Amino acid sequence: MNRIVGTSVERVEDRALLRGQACFVDDISFPGLLHAAFVRSAEAHALIRTVDISAALDVPGVRAIWRMEDIAHHLSDPLLKVALPSPAFRQELHRPTLSDQEVVHVGEAIAVVIADSRYIAEDAAALVMVDYEPLPAVSDCKAALEADAPRAHSSQPHNLVAEFTMGYGDHETVFASAPHVFHEELWQHRGVAHSMECRGVVARHDRLEDIITLWSSTQTPHACKRVICDVLGLDEDKLRVVTPDVGGGFGPKLVFYPEEVILALAARELRAPVKWIEDRREHFVSTTQERDQLWDMQIAVDNDGKILGLRGLLVHDHGAYTARGVNVPYGSAAAITLPYIVPCFFLDIKLAVTNKVPVTPIRGAGQPQAVFAMERLMDRVARELKLTTDEVRRRNLVPPELIPYTTPLKTRGGMQVVLDSGDYPATQAAALEKADWAGFRARQAAARKEGRYLGIGLANYVEGTGRGPFEPVSVRIGENGRIHVASGAAAMGQSTKTMLAQVVAEQLGCDMSNITVVTGDTAAIDYGMGGFNSRQAVMAGASAHAAAKKVRAKALTVAAHMLDVGEQALEVEGRHVRLKGNDERKVGLGEIARALAGLPGYYVPGGLDPGLEATERVIINDMTYANGTAVVEVEVDPETGLVQLTHVTFAHDCGNVLNPQIVEGQIIGGMAHGIGNALYEWMGFDENAQPVTTTLAEYLLVSATEMPMKVDIVHLTSPTPLNELGIKGVGESGVIPMTAAVAAAVDDALAPFNVKITRVPITPPDLVSLIEKAAAP
Amino acid sequence: MSEPMREIEVTVNGKLHRASVPVRMTLSDCLRHEFGLTGTHVGCEHGVCGACTVLFDGHSARSCLMLAVQANGHEIETIEGLESAKGELSHLQAALRDHHGLQCGFCTPGMLTTLTELLRDNPSPTDSDVRIAISGNLCRCTGYEGIVAAALDAAQRIKDAGSRA
Amino acid sequence: MKPPSFAYHDPKSVEDAVALLGSLENAKLLAGGQSLMPMLNMRFVLPDHVIDLNNIPGLAGVELHDQALVIGAMTRQRELEFSDLVATHCPILAEALLQVGHRQTRNRGTIGGSLCHLDPAAELPTLCLALEAQVEVVGPSGPRGLMFADFPLGYMTPAIGADELVTRIALPLWPKGHGYAFEEFARRHGDFAIASAAVVLTLDAQGAIDRVAVAIGGVCATPMRMEAIEAALMGREPSPELFRAATAACKELDALGDVHAPASYRQHLAGVMVRRALVRACERASAGSKS
Repeated sequence: MNRIVGTSVERVEDRALLRGQACFVDDISFPGLLHAAFVRSAEAHALIRTVDISAALDVPGVRAIWRMEDIAHHLSDPLLKVALPSPAFRQELHRPTLSDQEVVHVGEAIAVVIADSRYIAEDAAALVMVDYEPLPAVSDCKAALEADAPRAHSSQPHNLVAEFTMGYGDHETVFASAPHVFHEELWQHRGVAHSMECRGVVARHDRLEDIITLWSSTQTPHACKRVICDVLGLDEDKLRVVTPDVGGGFGPKLVFYPEEVILALAARELRAPVKWIEDRREHFVSTTQERDQLWDMQIAVDNDGKILGLRGLLVHDHGAYTARGVNVPYGSAAAITLPYIVPCFFLDIKLAVTNKVPVTPIRGAGQPQAVFAMERLMDRVARELKLTTDEVRRRNLVPPELIPYTTPLKTRGGMQVVLDSGDYPATQAAALEKADWAGFRARQAAARKEGRYLGIGLANYVEGTGRGPFEPVSVRIGENGRIHVASGAAAMGQSTKTMLAQVVAEQLGCDMSNITVVTGDTAAIDYGMGGFNSRQAVMAGASAHAAAKKVRAKALTVAAHMLDVGEQALEVEGRHVRLKGNDERKVGLGEIARALAGLPGYYVPGGLDPGLEATERVIINDMTYANGTAVVEVEVDPETGLVQLTHVTFAHDCGNVLNPQIVEGQIIGGMAHGIGNALYEWMGFDENAQPVTTTLAEYLLVSATEMPMKVDIVHLTSPTPLNELGIKGVGESGVIPMTAAVAAAVDDALAPFNVKITRVPITPPDLVSLIEKAAAP
Repeated sequence: MSEPMREIEVTVNGKLHRASVPVRMTLSDCLRHEFGLTGTHVGCEHGVCGACTVLFDGHSARSCLMLAVQANGHEIETIEGLESAKGELSHLQAALRDHHGLQCGFCTPGMLTTLTELLRDNPSPTDSDVRIAISGNLCRCTGYEGIVAAALDAAQRIKDAGSRA
Repeated sequence: MKPPSFAYHDPKSVEDAVALLGSLENAKLLAGGQSLMPMLNMRFVLPDHVIDLNNIPGLAGVELHDQALVIGAMTRQRELEFSDLVATHCPILAEALLQVGHRQTRNRGTIGGSLCHLDPAAELPTLCLALEAQVEVVGPSGPRGLMFADFPLGYMTPAIGADELVTRIALPLWPKGHGYAFEEFARRHGDFAIASAAVVLTLDAQGAIDRVAVAIGGVCATPMRMEAIEAALMGREPSPELFRAATAACKELDALGDVHAPASYRQHLAGVMVRRALVRACERASAGSKS
């Protein structure tokens, strides 16, 4: 029986955060700290003729201004080659550290100014004169693939950066003979991650030891270190990357950015610590974005609404450079079928380059778009075959008796996709029951009599979580009995330190206050993948569990030796190992650690390896699949187009729950993000690829007043067999089904007007226009 | 052109701070980088996100939308000043912890100061009052539910304890 | 996003402020700062001088004069929101204020600052237009008064000289029991209105509209007084049909389009907001006449 794991213990992060004593990257300060500001492209596509820094250099307090020509000799390669490998690529479009020839999106860095204050750095940056020769730009990903489209990069023959197909079965035959085939063209618009803390970097060079320490708000400190070492030609012991407290990640902070290498270089070359804090306007144009996708899809079903096949075209907006890979559309394609039995599947996937901010994962990473496409198709089938939307899904969900269900799909690493656990029909049923789905039609009819338009919709998702292969964790007990945990996992607000402390405490005395957790520090542990893909509780949790058990076993062995009893008679309680239930006979964890530190000329007790410590890198190659159902109830004002969320019910299964409060927090937070994608968040670019929403007054994040009037969460628990703790990831779940469920609910509310939602975000002007069109003769 | 400077005296959390600051420096930068009170966070610098909210002469204000020189002779409370002299968390701070009203904690200073003012102005807020009060404070992590629950609970705790927000 | 370099002045009297305005080139007045400061941080404005009005005594406060509520230009929106005088004598102002930004911005933002910034989507200029407010402006030759109807010259352009500043706003009172409503549609709570409507009216003994003022905000380059709607309503008994017919004029407005909404939506929404405001204002007027 667990005492810590599975309970809502107080988070170890909270005390410092609540007292204003946490340390985010902009809270780091040193005497003599210099400040950087970047000169960024004002053009979406242009050749750079000259970059004149002479006026800017005259500004008092400016220490350096660098263009590519000023730093090229320090770089092993001017390009940042960080893309995940894929045979799908037809073009290599790596980002330059600083652009000196051709700029391909507004916001890419051209020069850096380093000065005594950020104020002065911005003064000088405004005086750097960039002479552009504008080129035609391409903004829309569909238009980008047309033969006569302007080329996003003038060096390339076309805008198709990558293409691949995914599927199985003979779709030609299936679609030719299917009783019903329905077609939908669906579109999801681009959004911005908008962690409340933007990105930031502080770098300091220690001249005595010739070591650069770089603090970055990154989700992947070890990868960051590797890239900087490569680009600057550093030995790995000459750079330490530390992730301080991070004010939210949501995906884009997993990517490596030019500012990180430039700051490391500046600290060394200028012999002074240097800070760069991304401001919100920079976040709009220099931090990666996601979600523009067009889905041109067909679904084949039999007369009972059972799926026979699914096929179509996915056009994915890749943005201007390859900052990560083909992983987002791969994730979309690999997710679309998962909740359902789909006998035949074919998807043609085309990645279009545009002159917009590069695209890499944001919370959900392609999966919300796939769920939007699939669930809109399911609603279409229901409508056409006069089935209810829940029934058509019930007929197609993967039934529990087939779990573990080996799909014909493979992950990007070539591993088979096996739906390892879960009961999808039961999850849907639980959501419907909590949402009072059965009673909705009566509610709707009553409201309609008052002239109010209510609607309800649902969406299912299955999400691959826990991306492997491993995340290291070391557990070490010091000679004062304190437990030190270090992990390659990176915390960005999702309670990672609490999670690790809970897992370790369960094995080692259940005293959370006796545990120090270090995450995101390359000096604390040699390897690390970091935070993304709902992976850290699964992967680092598994390693923490294994390492803690190993340390526990060692402690018991030594304590048995010291107390002269059998190991079975002992337990770890607080900071001691004691005779079970007997606080008189005990030995401190610190004493055991001291014994295992060895004495010159004596045996290590118990014949054990020295050190009361263990480092584990539990390998789990297969992803574990979490699932859930969202039911959304809305009221729509047809006169204004206002959509109000009256009730959201979210039933989900992430296996065993380590901390119920944290899991609910993740889901509701993701839900808010999904509501934003469904109704509010629109990163606009005009036809020349100039961004048109570059403030938080123009780009609308959901605030407390836009949240649903009522939220219910239902937990189902199907432990995965893939890790000992039986847990699945949950960090992205909340966002994934929301656009689909909101769209379905709006359709339902506006059924009298025959409104069909095919694109998100759904804005009031769009809705009013759809209603007016339906009313027109 | 040399940077115009001014001497200022500002009482922050009951303590007098003096500094010579560029007249264009925002109050948020002054608090964080001149006075070392980095608990106040800067999230957008254009007055939308609310992370930089402080209590200025008792009333919430976005410190990114004020100049440091404007604080001369005034009193400011920040997140660092909310706990008791003995280091006990305020009812609101404790409630935020207990309801998981923070994840990354970046919006927390603004939430705490804004809600501290709300609970002083309105000791018995409704769910809707709380939501409207924090509608100018963006949070990307929590979905706000835990924050709203914490504010309502804090109001009750304050009443039960017969104390002040 | 840091402000550009400027010289800072904090005059202690209106006269000093006017003198500074007359002697300094490229100066900006700083009132509540809730609009100027973001523009400074984004370097959308690059003043050489910032003249801070916050240390001038006597520019804030609400007073009841004979037939008007007189409000100092530097009165914070918060003070108006919590003012008993406002609640009693100008309840539509209290209602509109709750839509003005957020608690934090109302705590700093001033009525004079909002009027002079003259964002077409802002609530207070729209309201001042409907209420036929008078504005007192002080310049080198002393004070002058002008009707708020003559205040907006164009998009975000008030009719004040470079050496003048607004000192007071007078809101003429409507009779006790009048009907009023401020309606607005914004994407989120506290956002600028995509369209708003301020309606003030009285009903005669037979229940017909015998006096009415209608203004809309957020739709055109400046707030708009809707005389055509007022004329269509005068002397008529309120009904949904009347309101629909009267507000058809909104479709002809020279509306703006932006990232939030195209012009056609604003025209449509203006009509909806005016109708909703009329319904609520009439309800209040009939309740008021009965009490």
